[in-house]
Amino acid sequence: MEGLERIVREHAFFANLHEAFADLVAGCAKNVRFESGQYLFREGEPASEFYLVRHGRIALQLAAPGRGPVTFQTLGEGEILGVSWLIPPYRFTYDAKALELIRAIAIDAACLRQKCETDHDLGYEMMKRFMPILIQRLQATRLQILDVYGNHR
Amino acid sequence: MSTATIAEPVAAVHAADPMTPRLARVRARRREASTVWTLDIELEGGKSAGFAPGQFYMLGVFGVGEVPISVSGDARDTSLLVHTVRAVGPVSNALTQLGPGAPLGLRGPFGVGWPMDEARHHDVIVVAGGLGLAPLRPALYHLLAERSRYRKLVLFYGTRSPQEILFRRELEEWRRRLDVTIEVTVDHAVGEWRGHVGVVSTLIPRAAVDPLNAVALVCGPEIMMRFATTALRNMGLKDETIYLSMERNMKCAIGFCGHCQLGTHFVCRDGPVFRYDRIHSVFGYEDL
Amino acid sequence: MKNAQQAVTTLEGLQALIDALRRRDYHVVGPTIRDQAIVYDDIVSVSDLPRGWTDEQDGGHYRLKRRDDDAVFGFAVGPQSWKKYLHPPVLRLWHTERKADSLSIVGERDPDTRYAFLGVRACELRAIGIQDRVFLGGPQIDTHYRARREGVFLIAVNCGQAGGTCFCVSMDAGPKAENGYDLSLTEITNGAGHAFLVEAGSDAGGEVLAELPQRAASEEDLATAAAVVDRTAASMGRKMRADDVHDLLLRNLDHPRWEEVAGRCLSCGNCTMVCPTCFCTSVEAASDLAGLETAASRRWDSCFTLDFTHINEGSVRSTTRARYRQWMTHKLATWVDQFGSSGCVGCGRCITWCPVGIDITEEVRAIRDTEPL
Repeated sequence: MEGLERIVREHAFFANLHEAFADLVAGCAKNVRFESGQYLFREGEPASEFYLVRHGRIALQLAAPGRGPVTFQTLGEGEILGVSWLIPPYRFTYDAKALELIRAIAIDAACLRQKCETDHDLGYEMMKRFMPILIQRLQATRLQILDVYGNHR
Repeated sequence: MSTATIAEPVAAVHAADPMTPRLARVRARRREASTVWTLDIELEGGKSAGFAPGQFYMLGVFGVGEVPISVSGDARDTSLLVHTVRAVGPVSNALTQLGPGAPLGLRGPFGVGWPMDEARHHDVIVVAGGLGLAPLRPALYHLLAERSRYRKLVLFYGTRSPQEILFRRELEEWRRRLDVTIEVTVDHAVGEWRGHVGVVSTLIPRAAVDPLNAVALVCGPEIMMRFATTALRNMGLKDETIYLSMERNMKCAIGFCGHCQLGTHFVCRDGPVFRYDRIHSVFGYEDL
Repeated sequence: MKNAQQAVTTLEGLQALIDALRRRDYHVVGPTIRDQAIVYDDIVSVSDLPRGWTDEQDGGHYRLKRRDDDAVFGFAVGPQSWKKYLHPPVLRLWHTERKADSLSIVGERDPDTRYAFLGVRACELRAIGIQDRVFLGGPQIDTHYRARREGVFLIAVNCGQAGGTCFCVSMDAGPKAENGYDLSLTEITNGAGHAFLVEAGSDAGGEVLAELPQRAASEEDLATAAAVVDRTAASMGRKMRADDVHDLLLRNLDHPRWEEVAGRCLSCGNCTMVCPTCFCTSVEAASDLAGLETAASRRWDSCFTLDFTHINEGSVRSTTRARYRQWMTHKLATWVDQFGSSGCVGCGRCITWCPVGIDITEEVRAIRDTEPL
């Protein structure tokens, strides 16, 4: 348990996390690993976990008939994978595929949501950490949509 | 091989006339991406054609017109002018269809280039977007050739998809070096791409440079340069250390036709490379 | 010249001036009537000049009217300016020549013509000086402008009356020609017949002056000439406060007035064609049908055209608002940063020849008066 708590606090997402909160989070955490080519989750599956990526690159993909899987983002070490656990219906909206060996901490979504309900200070701390990531990803996604390198006539 | 001269009677009058082209020929052409070609051009008579990284030439197809194209080759080789051209309009389409031996008119070199001297003894971050890697390639050749004069060297290159990555073999060669960091990202990928996917600005915070002792060279579509500049400034780089290569319509390339005016500047003469603090007031307007 | 050579001459003297210049192989050009306007063309005789005519000018309005006297220079300025000679509307740059197995690029020679400009107003002298700065005063020289400019003989005329759209006083560009001419004329016609006060502004001017029939200029002549200038200065058709325009415009790039004027502006470019300082050009390629003979030429262009700022995604200034703002802020503001002076000389042509009568002095006033605090 103590080892997990340390690993949780070492991850960039939880940097400087208060010890008591780290304890609470670690109580929902476990170490996971995925081989290259494995899917961490697929579109439509219940978002029962989210991941603190410790090592390796993951491709976020959506598949379209005829086009095959299109990767719209990659994530790696120090980043967070999975935000759908925050809002109902708690289902993943894309596929996440390991491009190489992945080491991560999986956090049980129901477990953490419950603890946030009970301890609003923990809840607010989580929100403060998630918001910047969501906003940055939204901003980056807008730029991707603009297709700036495309031929616009 | 035909001979060609600038006809004698007017040689004295116009030898130095920047509006009269010199005759050149395509030596070779290579396809880089679906609409992007690189032309190897040599001046007739083996004359030398020099330039500084970041400068451009007006390339002219006789009877069709001229376009400004940044040089994308190595400045140390003055026997050859290498230009990477995207076929988008009548002139660039005609240019990219010229085969070996075809004649074209050359005027230049023009413009203010990349600050290779000012960047000495600094960390250098190069941020390229799409075709923007072409005007930056001469700077990269220089930085790598004079490697000890610069501190950390980082290249971030973003483009649309893996099929549109320019100069892939060279990038892979450079990546194998131990003294340069290269990260390539694409906006989206289909198939066997295992690299980054996401906008290039997301890579910038990863540059392990000293923001107070770094110089950034940025080139790409203007929107991309805007968000890259924001990311660089957020990292702590000062406005006087960020350099951008601007693009505008050009006809004369010598500051007289007015087409390339941007605020108080003529991009052909005061640029195309600008220090960000000198253009930041006009950079916010897309229609100035 | 410190003590300017001065004299008074007559109509015969004016003809003698034209003849003296032609004897020296100058191609004399000056104002003449054609197509119901006063334009610049070849002058061989005094009778070619618009004697007894004046122009009635206002926003989008130009009419020639008969005067009740027969003053030779009793009008303001017309749709043309001297840039038609110094910075020609079309200029061949080079052409290719194919012979058997060779291809060569042949640059075009500049002509040997030496012009004498008869009747250059103070605002026009200032405009020529401004274009001198643009084409000869920077890091790059326009050799074609220089070839035409170097040999020019300038005969200035001090305006006998201000035009309906004139505001040279506001721009400190007239109405008196102060320098930059070889000779200057002030028409001091009185009941006794035609008279011109002639002043030499250069050695070349002095030499020509010496050949003309003349009498010495009296104190009365000088006073009459000064009064003419004063009367002109006091009757300007327009006014523009010019000391703050640079900063005013550059801090009001988002002012709603730009949208308002864009609703009236046709983006026709007339203003740029008639403006004596506008200098934008384009380069055009030409070829014969077989593609064997090709050429390139330079022609006047206007920042009001949609594809002036075309890059591959489209035009940077795709709206009339953006283009009008560009023209006016360049002319009155960024020009100062680039060339050290305003680009406007207050000649009023842009007001007269705008089909909808947009008035640059009114636009500046509107922005100043409604500037957001």
